[in-house]
Amino acid sequence: MSIRKIIASLVASMSLVALSVPVYAQEPKILRVVPQADLKILDPIWTTAFVTRNHGYAIYDTLFGIDAQGKVQPQMVGSYSKGTDNKTWTFTLRDGLAFHDGKPVTSADVIQSLRRWGAKDSLGQRLFAALKSIEAKNDKTFVMTFNEPFSLLLEALSKPASVPPFIMPKAVAETPPDQQIGNNVGSGPFIFKTDEYRPGERIVYVKNTKYVPRKEPASGTAGGKVVKVDRMEWVVLNDAQTQANALRNGEVDLIEWVPAEQYLPLKADPAVEFANMVPKGSFALHVNRLVAPFNNPKIAQAAIMALNQEAMLRAQMVSKDLYNTNASFYPTGSPYWTDKTSYFTGKPQFEKARALLKEAGYKNEPIVILYPSNFAVLNKFPPVLAALLKQAGFNVDLQSMDWPTLVARRAVKSPSTQGGWNLFITGWNLPDTVNPLFYAPITGNGEKGWFGWATDDELERLKDQFLKAETEDQRKALAASIQERVYDAGILAPIGEYRQLTAIRKGVVSGIVTSPVGVFWGITKN
Amino acid sequence: MTTMPPTSSAIPLGPTEDAQPKPHARRSVGKALLSNGATRWGGGVLLILVFMAALAPWLNTIDPTAIDPGSSNLLPWTHGEFTSLSGETQSHLFVLGSDSLGRDIWSRALYGARVSLVVGLAVTALAVAIGLGFGLLAGYFRRIDGVLMRVMDGVMAIPAILFAVSLIALFGGTLPVVVFAIAVPEIPRVARLVRSVVLGVREEPYVEAAIALDTPTWLVLVRHILPNAIAPLIIQATYVCATAILVEAILSFLGVGLPAETATWGNIMAEGRSQFNQYPHNVLAPGLLLALTVLSVNVMGDGLRDVLDPKFNKRKG
Amino acid sequence: MVAFLLRRLAATLPVLCVVALIVFLMTRLSPGDPAAAIVGDNATTENLQRVRSNLGLTQSLPVQFVKWSWKLLHGDLGESFFTKRPVTELIGQRVEPTLALAGLTLVLTVLIAVPLGALAAWRHGGVLDRTLMSFSALGFSIPAFVTGYCLIWLFAMKLQWLPVQGYVRIGEGLLPWLRNLALPATTLSIVYTALIARVTRAAVAEALTEDFIRTARAKGVGEWRVLMRHALASAAVPIITVIGIGVALLIGGVVVTESVFAIPGLGSLTVDAVLSRDFPLIQGITLFFSVIYVLVNLVVDLCYLVADPRIRY
Repeated sequence: MSIRKIIASLVASMSLVALSVPVYAQEPKILRVVPQADLKILDPIWTTAFVTRNHGYAIYDTLFGIDAQGKVQPQMVGSYSKGTDNKTWTFTLRDGLAFHDGKPVTSADVIQSLRRWGAKDSLGQRLFAALKSIEAKNDKTFVMTFNEPFSLLLEALSKPASVPPFIMPKAVAETPPDQQIGNNVGSGPFIFKTDEYRPGERIVYVKNTKYVPRKEPASGTAGGKVVKVDRMEWVVLNDAQTQANALRNGEVDLIEWVPAEQYLPLKADPAVEFANMVPKGSFALHVNRLVAPFNNPKIAQAAIMALNQEAMLRAQMVSKDLYNTNASFYPTGSPYWTDKTSYFTGKPQFEKARALLKEAGYKNEPIVILYPSNFAVLNKFPPVLAALLKQAGFNVDLQSMDWPTLVARRAVKSPSTQGGWNLFITGWNLPDTVNPLFYAPITGNGEKGWFGWATDDELERLKDQFLKAETEDQRKALAASIQERVYDAGILAPIGEYRQLTAIRKGVVSGIVTSPVGVFWGITKN
Repeated sequence: MTTMPPTSSAIPLGPTEDAQPKPHARRSVGKALLSNGATRWGGGVLLILVFMAALAPWLNTIDPTAIDPGSSNLLPWTHGEFTSLSGETQSHLFVLGSDSLGRDIWSRALYGARVSLVVGLAVTALAVAIGLGFGLLAGYFRRIDGVLMRVMDGVMAIPAILFAVSLIALFGGTLPVVVFAIAVPEIPRVARLVRSVVLGVREEPYVEAAIALDTPTWLVLVRHILPNAIAPLIIQATYVCATAILVEAILSFLGVGLPAETATWGNIMAEGRSQFNQYPHNVLAPGLLLALTVLSVNVMGDGLRDVLDPKFNKRKG
Repeated sequence: MVAFLLRRLAATLPVLCVVALIVFLMTRLSPGDPAAAIVGDNATTENLQRVRSNLGLTQSLPVQFVKWSWKLLHGDLGESFFTKRPVTELIGQRVEPTLALAGLTLVLTVLIAVPLGALAAWRHGGVLDRTLMSFSALGFSIPAFVTGYCLIWLFAMKLQWLPVQGYVRIGEGLLPWLRNLALPATTLSIVYTALIARVTRAAVAEALTEDFIRTARAKGVGEWRVLMRHALASAAVPIITVIGIGVALLIGGVVVTESVFAIPGLGSLTVDAVLSRDFPLIQGITLFFSVIYVLVNLVVDLCYLVADPRIRY
């Protein structure tokens, strides 16, 4: 080969290299997240599933947010004021709010979104019951007029718990609340890529480059929602070992909710570190009080007496670092925590349970427990629960399904032998349970209430009193009464508290914003 | 006329040309079976497994569904303590370790062996009984043959796993449903086998003679035709059994088989997969037991084939 | 040739009808209201009535079947009741990974098993023969998920040569695609190599005893040619047959392997559908795979034509 040819080929190959370098430098930043569950339901008002709520916080925006100190801060709202009679509230939206299709956010969108939310959410129902009118003064301002002062208005509009009042386009929010929306246009910092949505495999979001974040730093669900990556992919992995392996190998960057059985090996891996996306949470056993046999509160009490918090938590969370028992459903250390727990101790009382069953005339009907067998964060509880219930004299039917199916099935009101259910267990975040009016499952208004549909007028009365109470002492006393009433009515029982850890690739991912829910703005990737 | 491809799942283990000549007297069949290496080995291992499963309660086992989160994830051969949920403690040797809920894997494996063997037997019995019936009918009565074989082709076209999971999703994961769901896809192969035997034997002079003598059809079938089908049927039955055990484990592993709290090998592995890297014994112990069982049944089947019917592979059309 | 093709296709029609009938009956005869299964959580009385009349559940079974088949022939497999998207769309999204996995496994298996089996037959009774026989017996008996996990542990975690899970679409790069499929394809092919190697060995061993082989050797044809050209060609029919069976069994194996390696193909879609009791989806996948099986049989028959000129149709 002649010198000329050699030089020519060298030049050619170097220019190829040179040409390819800029391409690598401009590679989009993709954050790969393993979500806590598969995202099958895209309507965060229709379902209370956390994974859908996280999806909601990604693509929608809310009027108010809660910062890391627990204080309500305006988010979409620019300014607001309360009338002197405490019954009129005026809100003005800030500038720059627009939906992903380019249309600006107007009061009409807000009002319709709130209506839809108010139909589904229990605090929202109370709000609209107390509301005289909600009207748009102009495109950016709207006024809410109440019949009586509603002290928890800002808390309601900022609530991250169960169903947050996400703002959707008016046309979308006109979908009846018992049907799922068909359109995923929002005004939030991420845009949902419908064309790349593959349920069970991958959910894709891209940065909303037109989003105007607030100037304050991000704190909780308040502050500026600045997205620091170009693209976020939720990679659905159902198996705890696969999730851990994928993170350690760098195939994913973040595991939203580390399965407890992988905690110790991940802790030992130098390439992985933990972060706190959400503060502590708690687990609860939910009872279906609508259908047999738990429509008899004595039988429900017997089931609750069978709980063994330590055994169940140990089975699910493995390491003592990650859990603690708590017989109250209020978080330990929170203002309303109380040791007034009626008959419930968190320790098993098999003898008393068996006696109660006999007295109540339990006819050995099978208890259907919904068992999310491949949902690593909840799948150890049901087998332990089944064993405990059997000890207490129950006949148990443990039914396997995946988490999205459980979420759908718990909405079914038929008897448990016809596609319904009797018991299931789920987790809650700290802000959900800190206040009895925020804790969605403690409803006593029958079929209009949360899954379980207990009818208990006394409970509803106590809740109303709590809303109207004027001193903190009154509220504390009422909170304790509410707790005892919930246990006596056999509506639910707490299983204990847990730390939910997020695992990230050390040195690669940073900037996790701690909030009551899982939020993905602010996260950077190298 | 195209020959449909032989679709049996039988794998020839031994060389076909070394086959021994078919023995005539009954006694020498027994002797031949006992002296054949494959039947000795396969049958022997299987027998040991059956005994272990039957004697499970006396072999250092505890309740396979008993949970003790305090003794979770113990390694094999750990001397530990088991505290049941009602508070009683006993010391126990965890031969194969414990799973993430503290259940003793050795106990679960032995009781799981019962499930596997029962499912294997039940599926085999069902598939052979129905397949025999269909095969006899199809081979003997030409008018039924056409329709029946098309139906069998249709059933074969549906992949066995998909058929099983669909049935279980619709009717629930109880033992009868699981047995039925695994048996049905095996029926066509058995039916084809029997049918080909019948077709071969039907033209024999002694059968023609029997028909000429006005022997009732059922007697012809039972007395003259059936005996020829027995040997190939037994061999095919072992392969069906091996497949059934494997399929049941796969269904449990995927979470669509018997209920999750029943101790089956597949369930133990399904549970253990989430911690495979740290505690591989959860998956490997039942996995190897499963492999051993399936292997021994397969080997026994090949031994049987060598002794009883070396022309087996040519018949399966 | 065309006439043969048409005749063969016509022969598959009754089979497809039987398949459709079985799938239809399975859902209609199951306990529980199929309308409720489809409507699921939105079970208000109006919704149920609407779905019932849509499905024609008030009419007689044969009429229902005709209506259902009519929809089928128009490519309407219904909607997944869970995600409310057409079943055909969901299947379409997941076909590529399964096809890729099955295809790669098949290629790998044939490339390894056929030569291996032929060599074993050639050196009948020798060391290779015995080793092959023992290992393949084992390969067929150890379940795919056990081998899968062992391979992941060794190659992905300890040696870090290959990824743990997932699937990369071939459009995103040939090398990543291969890397992700390497372990799953190997896992699956162990089982099928066992099967195909054995049958190849038996068929070639038998072919080698034929007279024409002796003639060829007498004519001075080299051993290699004898093996490859004459013995293998004669053994082609049973080998192709078992490859055809292998493809049918591959479908079952794919379901397990996709679960172990988190490959988003039709296998994992099936498991997903079953866990969520999504009947329209289960039905759709079953029908899809059955059609594939029938087509594969057709191809196998065509291969017979090529492989063995003695076969006439």
